[in-house]
Amino acid sequence: MATTTNVRVGTLPVANALRPPRSLWGDAWYQFRRHRLAMAGLVVLLLLVVGTLAGPFIYRTPINVIDFKIAIEGPSPDHPFGTDDLGRDLLARALWGGRVSIAVGLTAVLIAITLGTTIGSLAGYFNKLDNPLMRFTDLFLSLPILPLLLVIIYLFRDTLRAAFGPEVGIFIMIVTVIGVLQWMPVARLVRAQFLSLKQKEFVEAARAVGAPDRRIIFRHILPNVLSPVLVAATIGVGGAILTESTLSFLGLGFPPDVPTWGRLLYDAQNYIDVAPHWAIFPGMLIFLTVLSINYMGDGLRDALDPRKSA
Amino acid sequence: MGRFIVRRILVSIPTLIVISFVIYAILALAPIDPLSQFGADPRIPPEARENIRRALGLDQPWPIRYVKWMTAMFTGNFGVSFMSHSPVIELIKQRLPNTLAVVGVAELVGIAIGIPIGMVSAIKRYSIFDHVGTTFAFMGFSVPTFFTGLLLIILFGIKLRWFPFIYDSTLQIHDLATLTQQLRQSIMPITVLGLFNVATIARYVRAEMLEHLPLDYVRTARGKGLRERFVVLRHVLRNSLIPVVTLVALGIPAVFAGAIVTEQVFRVPGIGDLLVNSIGTGDIPVVATVVFIFAVLVVMFNLIADLLYAVLDPRIRYS
Repeated sequence: MATTTNVRVGTLPVANALRPPRSLWGDAWYQFRRHRLAMAGLVVLLLLVVGTLAGPFIYRTPINVIDFKIAIEGPSPDHPFGTDDLGRDLLARALWGGRVSIAVGLTAVLIAITLGTTIGSLAGYFNKLDNPLMRFTDLFLSLPILPLLLVIIYLFRDTLRAAFGPEVGIFIMIVTVIGVLQWMPVARLVRAQFLSLKQKEFVEAARAVGAPDRRIIFRHILPNVLSPVLVAATIGVGGAILTESTLSFLGLGFPPDVPTWGRLLYDAQNYIDVAPHWAIFPGMLIFLTVLSINYMGDGLRDALDPRKSA
Repeated sequence: MGRFIVRRILVSIPTLIVISFVIYAILALAPIDPLSQFGADPRIPPEARENIRRALGLDQPWPIRYVKWMTAMFTGNFGVSFMSHSPVIELIKQRLPNTLAVVGVAELVGIAIGIPIGMVSAIKRYSIFDHVGTTFAFMGFSVPTFFTGLLLIILFGIKLRWFPFIYDSTLQIHDLATLTQQLRQSIMPITVLGLFNVATIARYVRAEMLEHLPLDYVRTARGKGLRERFVVLRHVLRNSLIPVVTLVALGIPAVFAGAIVTEQVFRVPGIGDLLVNSIGTGDIPVVATVVFIFAVLVVMFNLIADLLYAVLDPRIRYS
């Protein structure tokens, strides 16, 4: 990536002399800002994150006050998203649910990226490990992910709930299983990058001056793999949020008193004829979040791709 | 080619064995008693329960149980459901065709609509069609399938009353009226899954065609005076479809995940619905078998994709 900057310095010496020095990330940010939809995605996502984090402090309606007098009402000034069958405020529940959904997405991807980068680096750098590790990756790729997720959650739910409490226990489990079942694309990507980068002169040079494998991997190759991994991570967050909401929608996510977006839709589907608002608002929130994340991923890919920045 | 097919099929057998082992190990090591639902009746005395355990072979260590399960499966014996007390194979036979029909038709829809959209998007890059198409594709795989399903139900099932929104599984097709009824009730589930497929395929095709369009061989084809249609369809599209096949194959687990959700939304009695219900009732033999069937389906579709890949790309000669 650094080479792009060098090329530019070489071809446009005058322009660069006048401008402050540009870094890789500065360049990427410059490119990213020009991608209008990615910027829109970033703004919407920031709004959603800030909204779910700060929202409950501003919008102080509690999430679990039951009032049958106002059960299943459409949007009104008092309850902007309407109410559910127990008369609970849906905006408050959706704001709370957003925290859970976004936290699950970020943590699960962190696990997937860590696993994927580790396995991919090992397979790409050490020839001996390549074949067994890639067989292992292929095996995981042919696992039926969603059925397995459902089974694992069903089987281990009660144990983890007993060990860590209902909310933390389920959070740990959902995040772990989503992460453990989604690292494979990252591993493949990192391996492919390693395979091509380890042939490059700068790695040869590092080896010639006696750098140990550890140092070559961490100091020389990994930083160059960072940008594709970042793109994969961004898109992965969207995928993890979708998976979590799917699990909740199938009734195997968080317990009923934790209102994640998927859970709200699960509860809403039986009242869909009388209370479509109940399903539409949380559904739109999932859709908006994932859409803006995907647009951001697209913009990042373009911004970090040296072929396109010319 | 024939030898390659045989070899490729043989390779998928160990994969399936390992997957079945993983599934069984998860079930066996889980801190849940497989008899918790089956023997929950308080009237069953402890000795009788112990007898049931022994009769079911649950007193043996799990690797032995796994080998027995696996060998029984080869003879078509998938065990007996705890809940309905009917052989699991019967349940699968009833439900698998529904799932395969929905997934298969949705996949065909995806190919039939996704490829042209992606193709035109790439050729007329940055045109209005391209913008609409790309936006649609982005939305298509950002929207959760259950939300599309619920939206379709609200719009076409409840507001417009065009299609029934609960799938009638007792429907028998014997004349034209029942056939149209079957088609009408299949439209929404297939649309939900089809939209997802169209979006993914269109996006891949567009990206791959854009990679190929500026290449030299395309210029050569144009330069020697071929008609544009011929250049695009014969040269660019063919080459672009090769990586698309792999990408689509990698997305197959996601398609089956979508099928599980779709079946749940529309109450289609497929194996996804069977899985979710069996998990709800703790029917372990059914759960184990259905997860394994899903694994078989994923491996099988991957195999088909690999074979297609070999057919499409003459450079690939497996020896």
